[in-house]
This record gives sequence, C-alpha cells and structure tokens, in this order.
Amino acid sequence: MSSTEKKRYKEQTVSSVHVEALKKYYGAVHALDGLNLDVEAGTIFGFLGPNGAGKTTTLRILTGLARPTSGKAQVAGVDILRGGGNLSRHIGHLPEEPAFYPWMTPPEFLDYLGRLYGLSSGERTARIKELLTLVRMEDVSRRRIAGFSRGMRQRLGVAAAILHHPEVLFLDEPASALDPAGRKEVLDLIGNLRGQCTVIMSTHILADVERVCDVIGIINKGRMLVQSPRQELLEHYAIPAFEVEADDHDALARWAENLRRLPWVAAVAPRNGAIRITVRDVQTAKRELLALAVHSGLSLNRFEEVRPSLEDVFLQLVGLENVA
Amino acid sequence: MNFFTVFRKEMQEQWRTYRFLIVAAVLAAFGLASPLLAKFTPEMLKAIPGVPPELLAAIPAPTLADAIAQYVKNMSQFGILLALLMTMGVVVQEKERGTAAFFLTRPVSRETFLLAKFAALTVSLIISLVLAAAGCWYYTLVLFSTHLAWWPFLALNGLMLLVFLVYMALALLASALAHTNGIAVGLAFVVLVLIGGIGALPAIGDYFPGRLFSWGTTLMMGGNATAWPALGISLGIIILALLVACLVFHRQEI
Repeated sequence: MSSTEKKRYKEQTVSSVHVEALKKYYGAVHALDGLNLDVEAGTIFGFLGPNGAGKTTTLRILTGLARPTSGKAQVAGVDILRGGGNLSRHIGHLPEEPAFYPWMTPPEFLDYLGRLYGLSSGERTARIKELLTLVRMEDVSRRRIAGFSRGMRQRLGVAAAILHHPEVLFLDEPASALDPAGRKEVLDLIGNLRGQCTVIMSTHILADVERVCDVIGIINKGRMLVQSPRQELLEHYAIPAFEVEADDHDALARWAENLRRLPWVAAVAPRNGAIRITVRDVQTAKRELLALAVHSGLSLNRFEEVRPSLEDVFLQLVGLENVA
Repeated sequence: MNFFTVFRKEMQEQWRTYRFLIVAAVLAAFGLASPLLAKFTPEMLKAIPGVPPELLAAIPAPTLADAIAQYVKNMSQFGILLALLMTMGVVVQEKERGTAAFFLTRPVSRETFLLAKFAALTVSLIISLVLAAAGCWYYTLVLFSTHLAWWPFLALNGLMLLVFLVYMALALLASALAHTNGIAVGLAFVVLVLIGGIGALPAIGDYFPGRLFSWGTTLMMGGNATAWPALGISLGIIILALLVACLVFHRQEI
C-alpha cells in the first residue's frame, strides 16, 4: 500500500462521511461540481451555503435518494453506490419538510418505523415512550398528525430520524421554517445528540450553525469552499478591524477621517452608529488607536477589536466566489 | 424486506382513510342492484305514463340471463373505474407529499414499496368483489327463485378480478412513472381508452382483457366458448406492468 493510499485509508476509517469529487449534473446545470467532504465520527457538521448551492442535492445523494453523475461517497463505511439496503440501517434522515401519514398518531408512526427497523415489541414501546418525552409530544400522542403545526412535525421528524440510533444523521434545513421558539427546541434537540452520532446539518441560517455545529463546511456552486472547525474558521478569516463608538458622532467622524492618512489604516467606514476601522497592522493599531482617540478628546462609549461573525466569513467566502 | 410490515400499513391506511369502505360499498351496491334492475326495469317502464302498449308488449319477461348480464355490465364499468381511481395516485401522491422520500431512506426497498401497495389494493378489491358477488347471488335467489351455479359464478368473478388487476397494474405503472398526480391521471385515462378502444375491435378484441367478461358470461349461460389467449395476455400485462413499474421506480430519483 502506497503512502497516499495509506493516508486515504486512514482518512476513511475515521470519517463517518467521506465524499470525493462528487458530481451531479442535471443537463447543463452542475448541482455538484466535484465536491469533497470528510466528516469525523461524533461531530455536528454544519453544511452551510446559499440557496441552490448544492446542499440538498448532496444530502439526497448521501441518503440514497439520488445518484451522482460521478465521484465516490461513503457513509458509515457503506459505499452509497453499492450499499443499497444496508445504508438505511446506518443513517437517519430528516428532510426539509418531513412528510407523514396524516391518519396516524405519533406513536403509531414511530411504531411503524420501529417495525421497519426490526425492533421487538418491547424495544419499540420503550423507545417510543422515550422519544415522545424527548421531543415533548407525550400530551399529543393521541392526536392525528394531520392537525400538527410545522414545529410539531419537525420535532416528530427528529424523533423518527433518531429512533434506531443511527450512526449518521442527515438533517436538511431542520429549523429554517420554524419560529424562534420552535427553532430553539429543534436546535437544542440536535445539540443534545453531540457525541451520540455524527450529525450533518444543512442550512443557510448562519446563527443556527454558530449555535450547535462543531465543524463547518461552506459550499457554493456545488463545490466545498472551506471545511474547518468553527473556531479555526473564525480565527482564520478574522477581519483586522476595530469599532469605536462615541457620544459625539460628528467629532467621531472628523477623528476617523484623519485616521485615513495613517499608513497602517486600510479603511474607515460608518457601521450601525459606530465607526469601523480596518487596519493593515493589527499590533500597531492595538498600541496606537485607543491612545489617538483619547488624545483627540473623544468621549468613548465603546472601543473593541472586531470579532468576526460567521456571517462575515460566509459573505467573504461566498462573495469572493461569486465575483470570481 | 419488510413486505408484511408495509402491507399491513397499506391495509390500515385503506381502512382508516375510508378508501376500502367506499370501494366495498360502491361495488356491493352495484352487485345488489344488478338483479334488482334486471327484475324491475320492465315494471318501471310499465309505470311510465304514455309508453305505447306495443312497446310494453315487446318487453320480454326478466330472466336469470338478464340479471347476469346486468351484473357483468355494472361490474365491468364500475369495477374498472374503481380499480383505476384506487391505484393511479398511490405512488405519485407519496412522491408529491414527500412521504416516499421519507420512507425510502428506511429499510424499505422500492420494490417492496410498490408491490405491498399492489397487494393491499388487490386484497381490498377481492373483498369488495366478494361482497358484490354475495349481494348479487342473494338477490338473484330472492327475486328469481333460483340460485346461481357456484362454479361458473366463481369463474366469472375470478375472470372479472383479473381484468380489474390488469387496469390496476397499469395504473400503478402510470403512478410510478409520473412525477405529478395530473400526469398519472392522464396516463391512466390513456390506458382506459387504449384497452377499451382496441379491445372493441372485432379481431384484436379476442386477445384483450375485456374478452374475459364475455367468457365469464358464457360460462354462466352454460356455453363452452373459451378465451385462453385473452387470459394469458391479461396475466402477461399484469406481470409486465409490475416488472416495468419496479424497474422504473428502482432507478428513479425521488
């Protein structure tokens, strides 16, 4: 075995999901254009991208609902092109809009799924009780699913997806259409799965990713732009900038204009009532900027080094890609 | 894989959504009504004022043959219609609703998904046809004071069931092929027109499923004519339609 092959083998054995040069073409539309992805076991992976980036297509391929045009993909050690029926026993899947049989009640629905997974009667009874408690649906267990709200359906979908203790759980926009309370509930449920299984969560809502994901992959135009642990990503794409806020807005603006002449200042721009100063040399700025503000007689309300948000990173990456 | 679990769910669904009850009620009603209509149509005509006496005199007295003919006519119309209506949406609606995508990532093969539906629909249709046949048999006994011969009547209903299954298998294929319910309805309508239209042609019609109705009627009348080619072709259509449906659905992206 060559060193490259050894490296590849090692990568695959620790990865719950391994995707290599995955392509999916619909005629002239390249939904996926050589996607690479590796997700380690036990992580909550945020699959982030704008609408139409290829997130749902990737999940549809990885769950066996669609076939790739070319490329390789393994999920929980199962080759998705050869795995067939085996794959379904290793994965859980929550589509963007989970659909149920409206005439069933939640316990009937979960019981049906339990039978499909070959759970015994005792196992099904215990697991259904446990899950209905987990997703807070004990009090609606006698109601038909037909009358459920979107949030209730989503919670039931999560219960259905984890019923059989899957190794890998795919969640497609699990909280995108929910109100803030519903989102919190679903994200808390997902957060509680940390360490129990690998979660791959696609979304275009950055706040959701920041809240629960350990590792983030940003996809655009069918290609992975970057994949990195959340903190590393934020540090790597840190914006060298400071924000200053003062009572006297005019004085602040005049002071900021004078900063433009300094060689270590790259840009000055107003932002939400404050002034954002982007710098070329962070260390110099740390030493001199606050002193300059104090000497100018400004009465400061706030002075801080800008912590980049995931939104900044996302817009930076996707924006660059779209311009290119 | 999990065939009986899915079959059980399909049967439950037909019961809980009242689909089975509707089909059973409609077929049973027309089964019952067949001997009634045969018996009382002349009486009803006589009750209409202004009907010329010559015409009334020309109407023959109702016979057992009229009851059987009425039964075959009713079943051939409503049985086929119900077979199509029951089946044409079963797959495509699940694709449209998203339940197909939700369940096909579970340990359910696509073939199981299709064939369990077909099996459940077949069972529902058999039960409905048994009710219709029982109603027809009983009312014939009451109104014509004679009971229908067991074996020919059983054969007639068996042949009718086979025709219904032809339409069901083709409607299932249409449902598997289509991506919207509208397309599935259109395809089912094309099936109805094609089989009905071509089957009405004198020479070719002998090989089409519709010929089985007349074979069944002949058996009831004590005749010896057979239609084995139509029987073989009907079975062939059912098997082929199911096979193609499975192949298409297996490759389809949901």
